Amino acid sequence: MRIERRLHQPWWLVVVVPVVSIVVAFALTALVLLATGHAPLHSFRRLFDAGFFAEGALSESVISATPLAFTGLAAAVAFRMNLFNIGGEGQLYAGAITGATVGLLMAGAPSPLVIAGMIAAGAVGGAILAAIPGLLRAYFSTNEIITSLMLNYVVGLVLTYLIFDSHSYLRDTSGFEASVFPQGKILPDEATWSAWTVNGLVLPLGFLLAIGLAVCVWVLYTRTRFGFEVQVIGDSARAGRYAGMRTRRKIIAVMCLSGAVAGIGGASQDGDFRHQLDPRGLQAANYGYTGIVVAALARYNPFAVVLVAFLLGGLQNAGFTLQGADFPAGLVGVMQGLILFSALGGELFVRYRLRLDRGLRTATTPAPELAP
Amino acid sequence: MNNSLLVVVLASGVLYGTPLLYAALGELIAERSGVLNLGVEGMMLVGAVMGFWAVQRVHGGSAVALAAGIGVAALAGTVMAAIHAFLVITLRANQIVSGLALTIFAGAAGLSSYLGNDLDLAGSPARHQFQEIWPKSLQDLPVVGPVIFGQSILVYASWLLVALVALYLTRTRTGLNVRAVGESPAAADATGINVAAYRYVHTLAGGALAGIGGAAFSLSITPQWVDGLTGGAGWIAIALVIFSFWRPTLCLAGAYFFGAFTALPFALQSHGVTVAPELFQTLPYVATIVALVLVSSRAARLRFGAPGALGLPYVREEH
Repeated sequence: MRIERRLHQPWWLVVVVPVVSIVVAFALTALVLLATGHAPLHSFRRLFDAGFFAEGALSESVISATPLAFTGLAAAVAFRMNLFNIGGEGQLYAGAITGATVGLLMAGAPSPLVIAGMIAAGAVGGAILAAIPGLLRAYFSTNEIITSLMLNYVVGLVLTYLIFDSHSYLRDTSGFEASVFPQGKILPDEATWSAWTVNGLVLPLGFLLAIGLAVCVWVLYTRTRFGFEVQVIGDSARAGRYAGMRTRRKIIAVMCLSGAVAGIGGASQDGDFRHQLDPRGLQAANYGYTGIVVAALARYNPFAVVLVAFLLGGLQNAGFTLQGADFPAGLVGVMQGLILFSALGGELFVRYRLRLDRGLRTATTPAPELAP
Repeated sequence: MNNSLLVVVLASGVLYGTPLLYAALGELIAERSGVLNLGVEGMMLVGAVMGFWAVQRVHGGSAVALAAGIGVAALAGTVMAAIHAFLVITLRANQIVSGLALTIFAGAAGLSSYLGNDLDLAGSPARHQFQEIWPKSLQDLPVVGPVIFGQSILVYASWLLVALVALYLTRTRTGLNVRAVGESPAAADATGINVAAYRYVHTLAGGALAGIGGAAFSLSITPQWVDGLTGGAGWIAIALVIFSFWRPTLCLAGAYFFGAFTALPFALQSHGVTVAPELFQTLPYVATIVALVLVSSRAARLRFGAPGALGLPYVREEH
C-alpha cells in the first residue's frame, strides 16, 4: 500500500471527508463513554436535545456560538497568511475591557452611538494587543505563537486585577454586596446591544455582526489586492518580497485585523450578554482556544467558520446546561478534541490517496534495448 | 537566615521549577527530533490526574505508591503523545493545530477533568506525597539547607535527567542521529536513519516526561486533584524550551528562574510587602517574551536557533 499526493481533488471529497470525520469522532466518543461505563446513545441524545432540539435551545446555542464565530474568524484571518495568532483569548479579553470602559464612559448618550463606540473600542483594544506579536514578528522574526500565547496570560491576569484586586473604574464599589463579592460595574441601559426575534429564535446583534464580518473577510481575501498579496506571502514570503510586496506591513496589518475581530467579540460579550466586565466568566469559557479549533475545522473559510461555530456552540451550550452529577464533566472538551483529531486525520485523504499496489510495475518492464 | 527572602525564593523556585523542568526536557527532546508538540498542558494534566489516581489506589508503602504514581503518569503522558505522533508523523497533519487539539482534548475542560470526575478524585488529599529526603540537620544548614537539601527525590532525579539528556544529545550516536533528524530529515534518511521511528520514540518520551511533570504538581506541590491543576505550566514549559535555546543545561537554570517568579509574590506577602499578586504573576510571561525577542536576532538564531526541520512533516517522496 502506498500513500501518494493527489494531483487534483475531486469536489465531493471536500464534503465527504468532514462528514466522515464527524461520524468517526462520535464513534470514538462512544468508545470513551463505553470504556468508562456510560451509555453513549443516552448521553448523545441528551447532548443534542440540550444543544439544538429543546425549546429555546437554539437561541441559547446562538449565544454560545457568537464569541466562537468571532475568535474563529480572528484565527482564520491570521492563519490564511500562515500567521499563527493563538492570542485570540487575550485579544477577546482586551476588547471586553476597552468595550466595557467605553460603555460606562458614554452613559447617557443615544444608544446607537454607545453601541458603535463599544464596537470600535473593542476592535481597537484587540488590535493593539495583537499588534505586539505582529510587530515583534515583523521586525525581530520572533515566533508569534509563543508571544501571542504569553499575552493571553498577561491580559487574563490584568482582567482579574481590574475587578478583584484594585479599585479600578470598571469595578462596582457601591453597596455592601459589591465589597464582599467583587464584580464589574453594571453597564447602563444604552449600552445593551439590540436583539431581534425571528420565529422564536433570538438573534443578538453580535451574531449578525459576526456574519457581516465573515462576508467582509471573504470579500477582502478573494476580491481585493490586499487579500491576494496576503495569500501570496502566506504561501511563500520570499516570493512575495521579490515581487515587491511590503511583507512587514502585511504581517502587522493582518495581526491587527485578527485582533480587532477577536476584540469585537469581547465587546459583544459585554454588550450582548454579560452587561458588565466579567473576568471569571470570560476566563472559564476558553473562547479563544476553541476559536482556533473552529477555524481549523472550517479550513479557514469564513462562512464555514460561522457554521462550525454554531455546531460547536451548540455542543458547548449543551455541556453548560447538562453540567451536573449525572452528566460526565469534560465530555464536551473530549468530543471537541476528537472531532478535531478526526478532521486532521481526514485531511490526509483530501491531499493524498492510498493506492493498493503489488510492487512497482514500471520496475518490471524491460529496459529498451540500446541501439547498436 | 533561612527565612530571608532570597533563600525562600530560591528554595521555592526549585520546587515550582521542577514540573516545568520535566515537561520542558520532554518537549526539548521531541523538538530536537523535529516534532513541535503544543499539547504539553494537556499531557501534564492527564499525567497529574492519572498519577494521583494510582497513588490513591495502590496498596503498599509510600515508596511503592509514589513509584506507581510516577509510572502511571508517565504512561498516561505517553498515550497522549502517541495521538499527536500518529497524527503528525504518520498522517502528516499540521503540528500546531494537532498540538492545540491535544490540549483541548486532554486539558482543563477535557479528558483530565472527565477522568478526575469519573474516578471521583476531587476533594481528598493525596495518600502519599514526595517528602524531603535528607535529615533535618542538613536541611537546617544556612542557604544550602533549604535550597539544596530541602528537596524531594523528584528534584534530584531531574538533575540526573538533565545530565543524561545533555550527554545523550552530544555524546552518543543515537543522540546525534536525533539531532540530524531534527535539522535535516532528508539527509538523515539518506544515511539510513529511520526518520519516522526516531520521531515517534522521542515524541513519546516527551509525553512521558510531561506526564511526570504533571504528577509533580498532584503529588508534590499541591498534593491533591483539582481541575486545571497545572494552571498553564505546560505553556510555560514550551516557552522555556525556546528560552533555553534547545539546550538541557540552560533548561535547568531557566526552569528555576521561572519557578522563582511564580513563588515571589507569596514570599513577598509573608515578608509584609503587599503587591497585587496578579501583576507580579505576569512577570514570567513578560520575561519569556523579552527573552524571545533577545534571542531572535539573526546572529543569535543561527547559533542558538530552532532545529531546522521543526514543525515540518517529512515525506521522502516530496524532498
